[in-house]
Parts: sequence; structure tokens; C-alpha cells
Amino acid sequence: MSTPLVYLDNNATTAVAPEVIAAMQPYFTTKWGNPSSMHRFGGEVMRDVEEARARVAALINADPSEIVFTSCGTESNNMAIYGAAEILGPAATIITSRVEHPAVLGPCRHFHDDHGYRVVEIGVDGGGLLDLDHLRRELQSGPALVSLMWANNETGVLFPMEEIARMVKAAGAVLHTDAVQAAGKVPIDVRRVPVDLLSFAGHKLHAPKGIGVLYIRRGTRLKTYMVGGHQEHGRRGGTENVPYIAGLARACDLAREHLAESDTVAILRDRLEKGLLESCPDTSVNGDRAHRVPNTTNISFALIEGEAILYHLSDLGICASSGSACSSGSLEPSHVIRAMGIPFTAAHGSIRFSLSRYTTAREIDYVLEHMPRIVAKLRAMSPFVR
Amino acid sequence: MWDYTEKILDHFRNPRNVGTIENPDGVGTVGSLACGDALTLMFKLGPDKRIAEVKFKTFGCASAIASSSALTEMVLGKTIEEAEQITNQQIADYLGGLPEQKMHCSVMGREALEAAIHNYRTGETVVRDLHDEKIICACFGVSEQEVLRVVRENNLTSVEQITNFCKAGGGCGQCKPDLQALLDQELADRQARKSAPRPERKLTNLQRIQMIQDVIEREIRPVLRRDQGDIELVDIDGPRVIIAFRGMCAGCQSAELTRSGLVEAKLRELVSSDIVVEEER
Repeated sequence: MSTPLVYLDNNATTAVAPEVIAAMQPYFTTKWGNPSSMHRFGGEVMRDVEEARARVAALINADPSEIVFTSCGTESNNMAIYGAAEILGPAATIITSRVEHPAVLGPCRHFHDDHGYRVVEIGVDGGGLLDLDHLRRELQSGPALVSLMWANNETGVLFPMEEIARMVKAAGAVLHTDAVQAAGKVPIDVRRVPVDLLSFAGHKLHAPKGIGVLYIRRGTRLKTYMVGGHQEHGRRGGTENVPYIAGLARACDLAREHLAESDTVAILRDRLEKGLLESCPDTSVNGDRAHRVPNTTNISFALIEGEAILYHLSDLGICASSGSACSSGSLEPSHVIRAMGIPFTAAHGSIRFSLSRYTTAREIDYVLEHMPRIVAKLRAMSPFVR
Repeated sequence: MWDYTEKILDHFRNPRNVGTIENPDGVGTVGSLACGDALTLMFKLGPDKRIAEVKFKTFGCASAIASSSALTEMVLGKTIEEAEQITNQQIADYLGGLPEQKMHCSVMGREALEAAIHNYRTGETVVRDLHDEKIICACFGVSEQEVLRVVRENNLTSVEQITNFCKAGGGCGQCKPDLQALLDQELADRQARKSAPRPERKLTNLQRIQMIQDVIEREIRPVLRRDQGDIELVDIDGPRVIIAFRGMCAGCQSAELTRSGLVEAKLRELVSSDIVVEEER
């Protein structure tokens, strides 16, 4: 019997939807022209790119002219932070949080280390919720670029972006949000939530890897980061990645359709979470359960180590991820888990399960069937379990 | 995913000798929950003073579990004196190699074994009095002596390697300049030792044979085994050392390079500068 594939690592990447592949196909086979060309063959492609841009904009209720296509979420984050920080100059403070993705922390720390900017990393509480009072105080200290994530990749915890946006705008600061883990999972409306810059990536919502988006609110000044041709209205040079743009547009249509059923995903996630808490002793959920995206749960299995759990899961065809030291590629548990003050007894054994609309109840039950045995096996060989 | 060998995965999936022993002769524990891995090793000697039973418990990743399991197989049946010769590199070799970032798992095994042997000999539960040693990495509680030991035993040349082998520098990173300074000093010393003209010792024939065997065992065979090769000492005739390559080394296109660049060079460096190595025909 072959091992089934139970993919519960959708915050890492997602399966490309069949509809998305179909939407991309023509741009490899028949409509492969350059959108910038001065002939009908290319001009038709340009029309398709602009039509795609409108559908991508619709996912976050933006104007199509506010959408710039990039290569990935990391590029969008870099483009936003580099572009805005350079315009503001070194007198500005960069305010971010301790639980951001490395694609945000990296550029912020670059401006601190190499250009002398003051960078403040706001902390979170035990549930991963942002210290809003600290943010409020920092906003009083002059011009600032604020970069805060909409949803956390490891815990799924949502920052109150509407409240944050109002605070930041009232202070006259620039607001960027990394919405890579939020887009397609929770409704985003940039008319209601006045962020200036917003990043998201195709491969987290069933489009392929290699396509990202930066939303730039009209009137937001941004220094051009990728200099070259006049594409994207001069905001990002480089020939448009047409097939992937078409695929992303289709993925955004589908995401919008499925947003209404996000409860279904939440029900499966809760079934998994409840089942694991009941069947495995000494387990706990990391992240505030009332403020999360519907697809993510992060559970700590006390006194055992995450990488060992992942390898046993992998032998059963189950894909998940861990914030343990060994699997984070460093020697310490993930910075998110540490920022939340999770004790070491639990930090090294944290496992993230992230579902998608393709996840089935049978798959959840398969995990619930096997997990207690894996946990028991590792606990039996842990010197800390008496 | 890590590039684990099949042997690592086998020892991870089916760990040997997990558990505890009632009234063991020696127990050693190293690591901690905070560090992310820990190992308790215990053994009991048989009437012949050889290790008759050995058990372990490990908290850690797949390669930490595999290294512990491998270690128990390696020490079983050995005398204490034989067991304490085991190096971290031998543990890694036994598993067909560990990813470099995971070498600290093999070092943890070697340290636990030392702690257990120390406990057997002295009844003490800690090997070293940390108050007597200078801690260089506060995050993982690693002393200068421990760093120097892994540097020397594994011929390390970078701070990154030091972190991979004993975790020092892998936390906040503030000790990295200190580690670099310590490493620079050690490398300078190593260079000085190499270039200083070594007084040729007058060895008896017996000492000479013993030394040649030792160098082959410790310095040469492990390197060849990493590539599934092996070496056999055929004869020693004055300055002539006759060897035969086995395993993958036999008939290997670079055998000649191995003979001169590794075998002869090592024996000249560590035994006597007049040695000539010949391959048995």
C-alpha cells in the first residue's frame, strides 16, 4: 500500500488549483507575446494583463492601478520597506514587530545596521497579540514607517489591522502590512482598512510560486527599487510574467468565491486541534484562539522535539512544520515562539498544521489516528518524562 | 529536509537500546531542555569488565536520537578503556556521516559517554566543574576548553563549524568575535607546530610499528571509510610501509593520490619524515 499524501503545510505553500493551471496554459502556447510590443499580437496580451490586474485588485477591493506585480512575497516586502524608508530618510523610525517574517525583519534590520535608522520591534503577549500601547507611544516620536503583519505565518494570529491602520494614519505615518498569510484566508478591504502598502504572494493561495503583489495606495511615495523598463508604470521594471499573472488572477477569483466557506476550513482545523488536545496529554495551543486565520493551528507537545515528530509524520505521508530549533535551521526555537514567551518545555515541540480548502475530514482523522502513538513513542525515550 | 543517510533514518525509526537500567555502573547526562537536546546514557559491566548492557534516553531531533542509538551499539562489548577512545567523528562515520549542521549530535554522544565513564570511576555526576572553566558561549553554556577540543579533534577552521559541532555562537551570536579570536590563536599555534622543525625521535622498531598502526587507525582509515573505502597494513620494512587499498579505494583512479597525499603525508607528519609508502602489487 502506498503512503497517502496528507498535506497540512499550506502556510508554507499550496497546491496549484487545476483551474489556475488551465488559465495559464494559453500564455505558454499561443499568447506568448510581449505586452509592451507595438503589434496586435503583444497588445492582446497587454489587455489580458490589465484584465488580470483588475481581478487581483478585486480580492482586496483596491483600484487596479494600485496593483504592482512582483516575483514573490519577499520581493513585495523588500520593495515596500526599501522604497518607503528611503523616501522618509534616516530621521524616520521604522516600527515593526518581533514576530514578523524574515522578509520584513531582514530589510528593517538592514536600514538599522547599514543606514543608522532607528528600528523598533514591538513585542507580543503570550497569545501572540501585539502590544498596541507600545505602538501608540512609538507613533508619537515623529515620522515613521510601520510594517506589521496582517496574520502570523507560524501561529495564524491576526493583528487588529483596522485598529492599527487608524492609529498609524492618525499619527501621519506610513503603513505597510505583510498580508501573505491573510490574503485569501480572511476578507481584506483596503478601502475600509487604510493601509498604504500591502504584500501578498500567489503560492499561498493556490497560484504557483514566482508571483507576488504589492498594493500601493494611490499617492503613496515609493522609491523605485527595480529600475529598468517602464513596466508597471515605472514602479517595477522587467517584462511582465504573463502566465503567472493570468494564473494569479484566476486564483484570486477562486479565493474570493471560497472566502464565504472559510468556516468549513475552520471546522476541520478545530476538529484537529480539539482531537489532538484530547488524545495527547500535555499539549497546548500557541496563539490566541479567538484571533486567528481559519486554517492554522500551532500546537506544542511538551518534552519532545519537533523535528523528530515531523520525521515520524513524514513517514506516514503527513506534511506539517515545526518551530523547533532543529527544523528552523538554527539552534534556537523560532523567533515567534520565543517572542511569545513559550517555555522551553513546549517551544521545542511546537508543530504547525495549516489546512486548505482541499483538506478533508478523512485526512484530519488520519492524523488523529496516528499522532498519539508518535507522541507516546518519543515521550517514552525522552529523559525528561518520568 | 535534511540529507540523512538511510542508516540515520533506520536508527531514528528503530532506535536500539532505549530505556534505563536498574543500578547501572555508570550514568551520564548532557544537554538540557533549553538547549533543545539532551541525552542520558547508562551502562552495566559484565563479569569480564566489558560493557554488557547499555541504555539511553534522548530528547532531540532525528539525528540526535540516531547518534545516541548508534553510540549504544558501538560501546556494547567494549572495555571502558576501549569505549573512551570513541570520538564524535566515529559516531558520525558509524551512521554514514551526519549533515555538518548536525555534528553537535555526535559531540553530545561522545560527551554523554565520557560523563557516564566519569561517573563509573568517581561516582560523581558531573564531569567538569564549570566554575573552573571559562564559559565562552553563555546561551548554550559552552566553555573555551570544549570549543578547543572540538576544534582540535575535528580540525575545524571556521566559527560556523564551531557552531555546528558544539552549538557555541548559535544563540544570540554575541560570542562570535571571541570564538574567532580563540580559533585564530589555535590555528596560529597549529601552524607554528607544523612549521617548527620537529626533533626526529629515535624510535624502537616496536614503537615505530605501533605508531604507524595508530596513525592508520585514527587519521587515515576514518577518512577512507567516509567514501566506503578502506586500507590494510601489509608490511613494514625499514622506512618502507607497504599497504593495500580495500573497498571503494581498491582500483580507484585517485588511489595514487591517496597513497602520497594522505597516507604517506600523514605518516611522515606524525611518525617519521623518511617513510615511503608503497601499494602492494
